[in-house]
Order: sequence, then C-alpha cells, then structure tokens
Amino acid sequence: MLNVLLPVTTIWWREIIRFYRQRSRLFGAIAQPLVFWILIGSGLSASFQPSGISEETTYIDYFYPGIVVLVLLFTAIFATISVVNERREGFLQGVLIAPVARWSIVLGQALGGTTLALLQGVLLLFLAPLIGIRFGLTSLCLTLNVMAILAFGLTNLGLIIAWRMDSTQGFHAIMNLILIPIWLLSGAFFPSTGAPSWLAWVMKLNPLTYGVTAFRKSLYLDSATTNGNMPTLEFSILIISLFCILTYLGATYTASTKTV
Amino acid sequence: MNNQITVNNLTHTYGSRRALDDVNFTVPRGEIFCLLGPNGSGKTTLFKILSTLMKPTSGSVDIFGYDLYNKSKAIRKLLGVVFQHPGLDIKLTVTENLRHHGHLYGLKGKTLKLRISELLERFGISDRSHDIVEELSGGLKKRVEIAKAMLHSPSILLLDEPSSGLDIGSRRQLSDHLSSLATTENILILLTTHVLDEADNCTRVGILDSGRLVSIGTPDELKGSITGDVVLIETTNGETLSQAIADRFDVSLKLTDNYIHIECEHGYEFVKEVVAAFPDEIQSVRVGRPTLEDIFIKLTGNPYV
Repeated sequence: MLNVLLPVTTIWWREIIRFYRQRSRLFGAIAQPLVFWILIGSGLSASFQPSGISEETTYIDYFYPGIVVLVLLFTAIFATISVVNERREGFLQGVLIAPVARWSIVLGQALGGTTLALLQGVLLLFLAPLIGIRFGLTSLCLTLNVMAILAFGLTNLGLIIAWRMDSTQGFHAIMNLILIPIWLLSGAFFPSTGAPSWLAWVMKLNPLTYGVTAFRKSLYLDSATTNGNMPTLEFSILIISLFCILTYLGATYTASTKTV
Repeated sequence: MNNQITVNNLTHTYGSRRALDDVNFTVPRGEIFCLLGPNGSGKTTLFKILSTLMKPTSGSVDIFGYDLYNKSKAIRKLLGVVFQHPGLDIKLTVTENLRHHGHLYGLKGKTLKLRISELLERFGISDRSHDIVEELSGGLKKRVEIAKAMLHSPSILLLDEPSSGLDIGSRRQLSDHLSSLATTENILILLTTHVLDEADNCTRVGILDSGRLVSIGTPDELKGSITGDVVLIETTNGETLSQAIADRFDVSLKLTDNYIHIECEHGYEFVKEVVAAFPDEIQSVRVGRPTLEDIFIKLTGNPYV
C-alpha cells in the first residue's frame, strides 16, 4: 500500500516545494480576485442589490464567496498550466516513462493543486469577519471541507484541459472561453433569481453553481441571513462531490490516452 | 532472457510524412550504440518509441525478451532515459530531483539515500547536491540528468542528443562517463547524435537518413567503405567544375552545395593534378582519411547539415 502511494506523495510534495520557491505565484492568484472584489464590490454596492437576498446584505458581501471561489479557480489553473509544457518537453516526460500508473500521477498533481488552492483560499477567509461572517466550529469545518472538495474538482478540471493541450495559448483560450464563464454563471457574480429563464437554466446546469452555493451556505451557517432561492446545502455538496469524482476520472482517462 | 534490443520493421508516420521507414537493428548489452543523423532524420521519433513515450505505426521492438507494448511496465524498470529537453525540475535541488525520481521507481528511505550519494559521488557532483538546479551550468545539469537516469540501476541507458549545449570539455567528460558505464556495469547504451565526432567513440553507429537506416557498423567499418582518401574541394561553381573533373579524371565524386567530395586512391597525387588543371575555379582543398561525414554523404548523397 505504501508503495502505491509513494509516487502520489512525491508528486504532491514536488508541487508544494515548487510553490514555496516561487512565492510570487501566491500574489498572482490572490491579488487579481482581491482587486476585483474591492473595485467591483464597492462600485456595485451602491447601485445594485442582489435580488432575493436580504436587505442588509450589500453587493460587496454577496460577492465575497464568489471571489474566494475565483481564487480557488485561479490557483487550480496556475497549478495545472505547467503540465502543458512539462509533458511535451521537460520534467513530466521523465514521470511518464516511470513504472507508475497514470491515476497516481494525476492524483498527486490534483492533491498538489488542491493543497495550494486551499492554502490561498484560507488566507482569504481571514477577511470574512470584515463583512460580518461569524464562524462556529461546525461552519468553519464545513467551509474548509467544501473548499477542499471544490478545489480538487477544479484542479482536475484544469488537468483535463492541460493534458489535452499542446500549447499554453490553447489553455488560455479555453480558460477565457469556458472557465471564466463557468465562474460568471455560478451565482458568484449575480444570483439566478432575477435572471432571464434561459440564463437561470444555464446556471442550474452549471456544476460550479452548486460549489458556490455550498460554499456560501457553509460560510453563513452560523450567521442568520437569508440566501434567496438556492439549492439546499446537502444537495449542493452531493453535486460537487460527484463533480469531483467525475473530473478526477476524466483527468486520469485523459492522461492515459496521452502516450502509451 | 536475451540481453539485447531488437527493432523489427519499425515504421512511424505523422499524417502522410514518414518519420521512420522500416527500421531494423539489434543492440547487445555492453555496447554503446549511436544513432547518427541530421535533424529531421527520425532520431527523436525512434527515441520516443524506444523510451515508451510513443507507439509506432507498425513494427515491433523487443527489449531483453519483453515486447515493448505488452510489457511496458517491466521494460520501464529496465530503462534509464535522458531526454534532449532538460528533464530536471529547475526549482528543486539536485538531491530533491533525485529523490523524486527514486520514489517514482519505488526506492525509498536508507536505500535511496545511499544510492543518491553513490551516484553524486560517481558523477562528481556531491558538493552541489543542495544547489537548486537552475543555478548549475549546462555540463553539471547534464551530469545530474545522467545520475538521475542511473538511479534505479537500469540495464539500458537511452540518451537523446546528450551532447547538445555542452562545450568540448564537458562532451569529452560525458563520453568518458558513458564508456565507463558500458564497460564496468555492462549497460546497454543507446544514444542519438548529430555530432559526427561523438559517433567515433561508440561501439557501433547506425546512420539514419529521412527515416531509413542506411548503414550500420563500427566507425572503422563504416570508414572502411571508402577506400583511399577523400578530397574536398570548395568552389564557387560546383556544377561545372564537378562535370569538368568527372570528364577528365577517373574518380567518383559527389556535389553538395559548393563542395565537391572526391574519393580517390592517392589523394595527394590527385590534388596536385586537379589544382594544376583548374587553378582558378578552386577556392580551397582538403585531403584526408574519410570521416563519418564523408560516409554520410556517400551513403545518402545529401550534405550533412
């Protein structure tokens, strides 16, 4: 058993060390969402009240969980984009010809990305009290768990794309075309309550909607507030857990089809 | 278990382009086998296939009695591979790179630690073991790469263009290291190169041209295929001069760009006559024993670039 996990842990460890030696990446993944949050949040707070959300919740409050999820998404993207080049010319070639199963390579990479995303997400959690969120032990544990599940799923989604791509430009195109819209239409940016019905449907089918919902609900578990018309916490966690499993299987499959 | 690599009728196509065309050869253990060819000759394709990174379109490869594609896991343990592009993580230290590699091959703990220091010692990099790889010179990086490839005690070492980016001194060191690995540890070494001098240090050389293995033999055997000397004439007007020489002398010649390659029994005699006959058309003349470059030109008719 230990020998099966050895490649997983060593690949995971490498991701952590790399990150530690390139700490500026931390800035990259956190700064942009943070600036978005402050600028867009403050700007829209005055003129925009999210529909179906209680009066005392201003837009900047509403936007906060979405921003944390954006940080998770960005970290997942940054952690996986290196796969594109490393697979074709570099470090990963050596990993690919080692007598190691593809599932363990992918698991190591995914856990590495998850750890980094979680680390940066947690940094943002320190801002939660600023907008009136009070954590109890339950809500904190639940929040961290939801973040971990979500980060693992998003990293695997990044891996599915990265293992397929032959260039980082391709990766950027997919990111702009698919990943950012998935985030925009997850309830992170605006609630589905007032949206036209076609858009509300797209949001309902978007797996990340359940990620943002689960995260939002676990954040506010111990704070009395109304969250409008949203799926239940249990259902949301179920959906993102399924998302997690499917993306992991997808990433393993993609990695297996690349080379023998 | 037969201790050799056998490549049978290997063909690989990218779309309509044939990168490898019915390649056959056998390499026994203890030999340093060199695949020589210019860029685009199919070396890297062959290398990727042998290193289990890519499946060929058709043909088979047998490595120490295992079929490359049904027993790839068993084969992967036998292989140590040095890719052309750096395979080290430049953000990790030398030791961290080696440890990571060891873990992938199931080595751990004390055994791994011992093996790492053994290899660092062997390749003379013990004092750099805690340096981050990006701070090392090209020659040192290459040594770490080879140490990494040798870490799990493979029986076969594959190296793709190992000398690229190395200066003369590092090249010589590299070739000494490889020779000692082949003789003291009885390892099968297969390397690709486009540097002709390097092929001279190998047991046997296979010459690849446009995906075909045009010749195979020891460097001396290959050079023996040209009897006598080789005269190389540089001129500004290759076509007419080569025609004129062919009309006047009984020699076999090949023209590549503005160089005329001539094989003849007594080079120095011939040079006197040819220079006297065409004093104005000739810019420079070189006479010598055949080099692998001459063999390549003779076999393929193409300049070696």
